[in-house]
Amino acid sequence: MGAFAAVNVLERLDRWFARSEMAGRYLLLSPVLLVLVCALAAPLALLFLYSFWTQDGLAVNTTPTLGQYAAVASREGYRVLFLRSVGISSLVTVVTVLLAYPMAYFVAFRAGRAKFIWLILLTIPFWTSYLLRVFAWKIILGFNGVINSGLISLGLISRPLEFLLYNPTAVVVTLTHAYAAFAILPIYVSLEKIDRTLLEAAADLGDGPVRRFLRVTLPLSLPGVIGAAVLIFVPTTGDYVTPSLVGGTDGVMIANLIQVQFGRVNNWPLGAALAISSMALVAAVAVFAIQAARLAVTRIR
Amino acid sequence: MAGGRGLAFYALAYLAFLYVPVLLLPLFSFNDSLFIAFPLSGFTTKWYAQMAEDEDMRAALWNTLKVGAVASLVSTSLGLLAAKALARPLRGRAALLGFANLPLLIPDIVLGIALLILVSSVSIPLSLVSVAIGHILICLPFAIAVLLSRLEGFDASLEEASRDLGENAWMTFWRVTFPLVLPGIAASLLLTFIVSFDDFLIAFFLCGTDTTLPVYIWGELRFPYKLPNVLALGATILIVSGVMIAFAEWIRRLGASSDANLPLGA
Amino acid sequence: MAEEFVRIENVSKRFGETRAVDDVTLGIGRGEFFSLLGPSGCGKTTLLRMIGGFTFPDDGRVVLDGEDVTSLPPNKRPTNMVFQSYAIFPHLDVRDNIAYGLRTENLPATERDARVDEALAMIRLAGYGARRAQELSGGERQRVALARALVKRPKVLLLDEPLGALDKRLRETMQIELRQLQRAVRISFIFVTHDQEEALSMSDRVAVMEKGRVLQCADPKTLYEQPASRAVASFIGSMNFFDGRVSAITPRTITVQTASLGTFDVPKNGMTNFASGDPVVVAIRPEKFLLAEGSALSNVPGRILALSYLGDRSQLQIAIANAPAPVLASVPNTESQKNFRVGDAVTLSWPQDAPILLPPG
Repeated sequence: MGAFAAVNVLERLDRWFARSEMAGRYLLLSPVLLVLVCALAAPLALLFLYSFWTQDGLAVNTTPTLGQYAAVASREGYRVLFLRSVGISSLVTVVTVLLAYPMAYFVAFRAGRAKFIWLILLTIPFWTSYLLRVFAWKIILGFNGVINSGLISLGLISRPLEFLLYNPTAVVVTLTHAYAAFAILPIYVSLEKIDRTLLEAAADLGDGPVRRFLRVTLPLSLPGVIGAAVLIFVPTTGDYVTPSLVGGTDGVMIANLIQVQFGRVNNWPLGAALAISSMALVAAVAVFAIQAARLAVTRIR
Repeated sequence: MAGGRGLAFYALAYLAFLYVPVLLLPLFSFNDSLFIAFPLSGFTTKWYAQMAEDEDMRAALWNTLKVGAVASLVSTSLGLLAAKALARPLRGRAALLGFANLPLLIPDIVLGIALLILVSSVSIPLSLVSVAIGHILICLPFAIAVLLSRLEGFDASLEEASRDLGENAWMTFWRVTFPLVLPGIAASLLLTFIVSFDDFLIAFFLCGTDTTLPVYIWGELRFPYKLPNVLALGATILIVSGVMIAFAEWIRRLGASSDANLPLGA
Repeated sequence: MAEEFVRIENVSKRFGETRAVDDVTLGIGRGEFFSLLGPSGCGKTTLLRMIGGFTFPDDGRVVLDGEDVTSLPPNKRPTNMVFQSYAIFPHLDVRDNIAYGLRTENLPATERDARVDEALAMIRLAGYGARRAQELSGGERQRVALARALVKRPKVLLLDEPLGALDKRLRETMQIELRQLQRAVRISFIFVTHDQEEALSMSDRVAVMEKGRVLQCADPKTLYEQPASRAVASFIGSMNFFDGRVSAITPRTITVQTASLGTFDVPKNGMTNFASGDPVVVAIRPEKFLLAEGSALSNVPGRILALSYLGDRSQLQIAIANAPAPVLASVPNTESQKNFRVGDAVTLSWPQDAPILLPPG
């Protein structure tokens, strides 16, 4: 009897779903939306709120104030840190994209049947533990690390090179390696989408290989390049692990500063303000750079 | 064309650049020396033995597996629901997708501190539960991306045909939708597990006394004499995750009809 | 009048602001090959889907064999559909595809296998049982979709532009095969297409639709020779239209005045809705025109603008005075017809009963 009723309910649910297709779909979305609101929107909102509060000993004074932002804007040390972070990220972005583009081009245009294998091989590093990859560079660049000991045992130098580790250069090198895979995939996608007959048409109309590349391939792959640049620039400015492990005191970046606010310094409001300021700064730089890049490409034509 | 050769050489060099630094980890993990330096001192597996016996490491590994399993199951289930709803045009679809992908664009540090603030405001203690919540959040975009790409190419009339031929919605799901999405589900489970497994920063902020493996490794990095152990651990993790990723990619492409199907996020 | 096996009564469907189907009433007989014909967006597919149960009407009823099925889901209706994309399940082989719908029929396994074999033989794909969708050509997939639907012995088979994806030659072969199949199984077929030639050649009756309404529902001959409106006339075959006015009516004829074709008489033939002075549209099929130098009752001088040689006939565009567009004429290439060339001066004439009078607009 109960089974009969259950079947009846299921039947009616089934019909209701069939009739109101839209309602069914929004219903499917509701758990995800709930999670996103609770775990993403709410925390970010709270973070935003915190940036207007002050740390009062062990408690938090919730009277709204712009004091934190004033501190962020006024302190010389912070400004240097922001600039350094943006500078390092920009350099990393440019180098990574430049290095990745030919690789992506190769897979899209020259790899032929081996494309599948190349893509898997390029994907694997993308997924390995980021922490371990940075650690690998720490042991490579170290005072007694792989490069130094290798060069010494080969007899090329007599004393270890000191400039390899614990400075911004080390950060740049490590980040370039760590984010290399991020660059390849978006660029590959946009190159792959290019209609080959467009290139044939360009050739037919008189363009040699270099011109074809500059006038057809490059502009059409621009969305992918921009996507790759954003995908590298935004996370690297906020990177914590790399500056911590290989940056030393000279290579400290924003994330390190933010982390101590939530650690031993225990000034959450300041940390929040730093975080929000850095996100705003990064967003502004990214938007500016994208527009500049688009403008530059239209000039090529 | 000379350019062709040059490009191929560049591609190989690039691949080497990607892999060699990471391959140094396994290399030195078999090196019989406390110092990670050339020249090599002879083959040994003692670091692996030491690592395997480390109680703290095993506890951290177990925690990581637990959190990973929960995060991958929950994010894949949620992702499946979301992908099913978003596969066809819907009002607000672009906004919803943007919202779901937001964790990818926000730096981990910001996500970490924001979640820390949330968790402390709602008085949830820092533990594996809070870590799991954070991981579900960062895994969700990946799950949705994988499943959406699988479902988008899904012919809507397949389900209609099944209904037309006599099946109700539940049997249609079981006989048609589920088998066809299964490779996507498997790939999503594997990839989200890996994302959770490898995450350091979120776990760093959100774990209490129970650490995950990456947090454990971070702690060990301070002790130079422990470095070879960490190498052994790292090498193991790399090899295992490498195999898993290759497997996941292979599954994901299985049955994918067009060649333009790409590894994630594309 | 064929007994109305399928009745669609005042069915309407709105999507937001648009009326996809607007108060449609149709009756389809048992064993009839019925087509819904019209351009994209006319509502034919929406109507078909409402018969099948994939969409539900806002107003009206759908009655199948006496049973009101309007709110039943697809799995509860005695209809089956052949989808435009064929919807062959990629994870099952041909045999399992065809047998898919038999699970809910609770047949013994032997009966199930027998039906599948029968279906495979009917579509002439016996031996293809183990193949998968990816291994089949478009035409083969289409046949599997047919078999899968027919094996359930539905009362009505719905077909949503099933031949659209096939190349011309295959399409023509399939048209004949489908028609023969329908006669063999004696099931009502409701066939949606935008191709008027296809609809005319296969159907017992055709409903011409536009913007959600049925313009005319009749057998192919009537549609072609007695279209009810300008819209139907221009959709079926090609047609020439001329504006005119009724100047006189006698018991047997209607006299029409036109700017381009002059004044002429047309037999009344039951066209009673015109009064003297009414504006009227004169429609003449291209193949009705005669090009000659002659003294037929009405002839109009013109000049050949363009000519296409089609083997058995030639199609010409002829410019005449006072006409907004060139006249399309289609003449057989026989000895008695001249070797026309572009630029030639000709005179047009036509049999008295050739013009069709239509209400304007």
